[in-house]
Amino acid sequence: MMRLGYFPGCSLLGTAREYDESLRAISHKTGIELFEIPDWNCCGASAAHCINHDLSLALPARILALAEKEKLEEILVPCAACFNRLDVVRHELISDEKLRQRISGIIEMDFQGNIKVINIIEALSRIPSDGLKEQILKPFQYTVACYYGCLLVRPPKIVNFDRAEDPQIMDDVMKKIGADTIDWAYKVECCGAGFSVSRTDIVAKLSGKIIKDAVQRGAEAIIVACPMCHSNLDMRRSEIERLEGRKYSIPVLYITQAIGLALGISNKKLGLHRHIVPVKLPLKVKTVVEKEFVPTAKAEEE
Amino acid sequence: MSRIGVFICHCGENIGATVDCGKVAETCLNIPGVVHSEDYKYMCSDPGQNLIREAIREKNLTGVVVGACSPRMHEPTFRRACAETGLNPFLCEMANLREHCSWVHEKADVTTRKAIDLTRMLIEKVKRNQPLYPIKVPVTHTALVIGGGIGGIQASLDIANAGHKVILVERDPSIGGHMAQLSETFPTLDCSQCILTPRMVEVAQHPNITLYTYSELESISGFIGNFTVEIRKKARSIDEKLCTGCGICMQKCPVKKIPSEFNAGLGNRTAIYVPFPQAVPNIPVIDKSNCTYYIRGKCKACEKFCPADAIRFDQEDEIIEADVGAVVLATGFDVVGTGFFPEYGYGNYKDVITGLQYERLASASGPTLGVIKRPSDGEIPETVVFIACAGSRDAAKGIEYCSKICCMYTAKHAMLYKHKVHNGKAYIFYMDIRAGGKMYEEFVRRAVEEDHVNYIRGRVSRIYEENGKLIVKGADTLMGHKPVEIKADLVVLATAGVANKGAEELAQKLHVSYDPYYFFAEAHPKLRPVETNTAGIFLAGACQAPKDIPETVAQASGAGSKVAALFSQSELTREPVVAVVNRTAPPVFSTCVGCFLCQPACPYQAIEKEEIKTRDGKLIKVVAKINEGLCQGCGTCVALCRSKSIDLQGFTNEQMYAQIMAS
Amino acid sequence: MAGESNHHNGDKTLSVRIYEQVNESVFRCYQCGKCSAGCPLSEDMDYPPSQLMRMLQLETPEVEANILRSYTIWLCLTCETCIARCPQEVDIPKIMDFLRSESLRRKKVHPSAKDIISFHKSFLDSIKYTGRLHEVGLIAGYKFRTYHLLKDLPVAPKLFLRGKLKLFPHFIKGKSVISRIFTKTFREYKGKEAEK
Repeated sequence: MMRLGYFPGCSLLGTAREYDESLRAISHKTGIELFEIPDWNCCGASAAHCINHDLSLALPARILALAEKEKLEEILVPCAACFNRLDVVRHELISDEKLRQRISGIIEMDFQGNIKVINIIEALSRIPSDGLKEQILKPFQYTVACYYGCLLVRPPKIVNFDRAEDPQIMDDVMKKIGADTIDWAYKVECCGAGFSVSRTDIVAKLSGKIIKDAVQRGAEAIIVACPMCHSNLDMRRSEIERLEGRKYSIPVLYITQAIGLALGISNKKLGLHRHIVPVKLPLKVKTVVEKEFVPTAKAEEE
Repeated sequence: MSRIGVFICHCGENIGATVDCGKVAETCLNIPGVVHSEDYKYMCSDPGQNLIREAIREKNLTGVVVGACSPRMHEPTFRRACAETGLNPFLCEMANLREHCSWVHEKADVTTRKAIDLTRMLIEKVKRNQPLYPIKVPVTHTALVIGGGIGGIQASLDIANAGHKVILVERDPSIGGHMAQLSETFPTLDCSQCILTPRMVEVAQHPNITLYTYSELESISGFIGNFTVEIRKKARSIDEKLCTGCGICMQKCPVKKIPSEFNAGLGNRTAIYVPFPQAVPNIPVIDKSNCTYYIRGKCKACEKFCPADAIRFDQEDEIIEADVGAVVLATGFDVVGTGFFPEYGYGNYKDVITGLQYERLASASGPTLGVIKRPSDGEIPETVVFIACAGSRDAAKGIEYCSKICCMYTAKHAMLYKHKVHNGKAYIFYMDIRAGGKMYEEFVRRAVEEDHVNYIRGRVSRIYEENGKLIVKGADTLMGHKPVEIKADLVVLATAGVANKGAEELAQKLHVSYDPYYFFAEAHPKLRPVETNTAGIFLAGACQAPKDIPETVAQASGAGSKVAALFSQSELTREPVVAVVNRTAPPVFSTCVGCFLCQPACPYQAIEKEEIKTRDGKLIKVVAKINEGLCQGCGTCVALCRSKSIDLQGFTNEQMYAQIMAS
Repeated sequence: MAGESNHHNGDKTLSVRIYEQVNESVFRCYQCGKCSAGCPLSEDMDYPPSQLMRMLQLETPEVEANILRSYTIWLCLTCETCIARCPQEVDIPKIMDFLRSESLRRKKVHPSAKDIISFHKSFLDSIKYTGRLHEVGLIAGYKFRTYHLLKDLPVAPKLFLRGKLKLFPHFIKGKSVISRIFTKTFREYKGKEAEK
């Protein structure tokens, strides 16, 4: 069992609740034990750091301090935006003692800086291959585009992802459950993030390019690990279609949902019915995953 | 009783503006043993030196202290002035009142007091100085040149033509270096091979040059004029005397798909190979890591077909020992590969190549015989994007310095492309065009004005593949910083020039300093650009910093002349600042107890054992003895000696203590 | 570092304040344009990122006013593509953060940025009192601020039907701490302003 502190973040209680549901649904079978941080607060997202720098440090710092109080060593943050905020703040505070003290004063808690923030991909990639293989009932044999987005992999010096410009770690997890992943150009491009409400036109433009490239290169589903990416690619589909002047039926799945499907968990439990774009995957002939998981050559080079 | 003269220099305003030089001179006169003290504006000038000479003669001085600049700067000057009067030059010392005092402090009384202290310390030291006499050492009139590119070739030929012997060592199977890989050279567009290969042949045939290819420096010991080197001649698996260079072995070798180093990975070679047809020497080597026989113990096709019976699978590396008087380092540079750039595809796109690969595409001797074809499908590209500063001037992921040669070769590349593909479009993304050099700026203008090469001022953020095209996303900072997207068929990265593989190891072997980028360091950036800090070792070409061909050749000739000047003497004199083990009257002979802890500590292997015997040959004791030829005067043995039996001449413990106590 | 003499009112230049407050030197930027080349929104910006850096380097009051009044600083999505690729490691997102708060404080916000700022403010309002973001509250607040009452109307019922909209907010136990965090950080924010 891998015991992890859990910070769901606000979206996972609302528009992205299927992300939370699917993560909890797969956690038992994949050996992840989630311990939700009691009384957590919002990380402040892009709003806080756009408006007030201290606030953008204090809100995540309180979350980290709460986790430390629970004697947790690692905290899993499924939302890429929250992950980015928490990890960046952790880095900023541990590298500046004065700042750490000042922020500790503001949040009325002492933040020590000895907790590690991990994202969903890192947690999933730790699941041993053999253990997972045994659990797979319906291999996820689709061609997928793994979409990492921007906040999961940047800034590279802080979040320390595998390959900043062409990450492989999500692809590797998807291959483990039987998927084929495409090599595409928009893996780490921005979807429009926090402009979902205020500048929907920009979201449609940026997310449109992502969907177009994924479809052109033969993807049957887009796999994401971020509620913002999901809502921009899924909820804003009609705006995208209007801008691009064509229909796109490609579904957008959280990586936890894809794993859940492979593990044979029901659509309902995984929250697939909550998507705006219906999750209709092409019918495939059922075969058991025979091929041994081989890390890609690219990943080996690293 | 000592009779010391003190001379305080103002160094113009350098010392005089901060230190009250008159007061320093005046105060020093009160120090016991000082019989003369004065100050002067420029002590190093002829009238200044005369003051010293006259005082020595008139007052019969037994020691001189000059309070002036750094001894590195003018100690030889003042010691020479003393020697002219007959005073042993080692009885002259310098107090550094400039770097150690006036330059680092404000004008104040305390500054003047520090200057007095510094001078007093040297006065106490010089009272205890002993006359010393320079050591004479012979010079071996043979030079070792390491690296057989154009730099090493030029230096070798210059030294050899001056009538001295040269040993040229090259790591690869052939000499020629990077220049042999180039297509045409800027700014004249003359063919690189046509100007280089005759020189390569000249090297091979020169009676004064011994050429060792496929060889590396194994070890070096000794000092200027008297180095001993070991050269590892790697086993070629060929009997060089029998091989006729017919090339049948290469035709018969079944392993044909090894990426050719000479073609920068764009073409293939066999396991037994000559890097290129014009190689010198034209003798193949067997690449053991790829040869079927060495891997699996079977094959020997080359041996079967060799008409001269020259294949020797059991050949072993050979160590060749040689005495040389000087070394020229000409080990060149390397360029980073395309895999270095995450945003340009981590080296995954076949049609994103380095400048060196492009040279091979453009070269008549290259894999496409000089036709520009893209590596992925052999098509002739209609649009080529060249990206300058790929890895250079990139503090984040690459190197911070400018690789210097890329602006010019990129202009040349685009020009060659336009000459070969008339309808093609050539774009160059650049940050600055650095074309300082004879006819260089004119060359770049020609690319723009006559060949219509499209220069875009901006860097490229990303490259990705889409429908067989490479999408290059850059910006044009001269057009409102707006993004520019070009669909290219071929992208050429002017990748950073870096120090050659193994440079650090070689520098450590030779005790040569190097910079943070592992380029070898010159002794002085302006005034001694071809010497290293180790006497007798010189630099030529891009192993010091990225350089183009004219600069490399110029520096190589400079190094060659330095070596020739050194070899014009039959012996060298060197300073007698060496360690000595004391000798005392019998029955002690020496306080050395013969523990020899000093022996392994000596970085120069200068400590030997000496047996002290009675007249009839009976051994009394074994003591340490220091070879004054090898000793560099570092003082490690002095600090280590438990019985305090070793002293450094000119810096004896007694002198040092006196100096410190006077502060 | 930059001088102060260009500014008639004796203010420190933006570049100096950026250096002092977020420890980034705009003078490291050598204008290669790689940020503008990779920025997903540079085409929509009035000044692409590299141009904004150049403007910061100029240090004249007129140009600085244009920087604070620019739309660019509000369009920046903080996707961090620029810093991931910048050869000089200039942390543009961090500089953008500084410029945004400066622009707000000096009340020099670009008129078109109104919606974006309203969204951010509604977002913060939502967490200030409850501790967590309440999406319905956020949208309501945003619509109240911007009068975009009809926008996004079609998507709301869909979300509601899919159980994605929670009508009532969740109040965390530590909500008073969160309010105090807001008070303290905004006091600091205003304090810095008062110092000037």
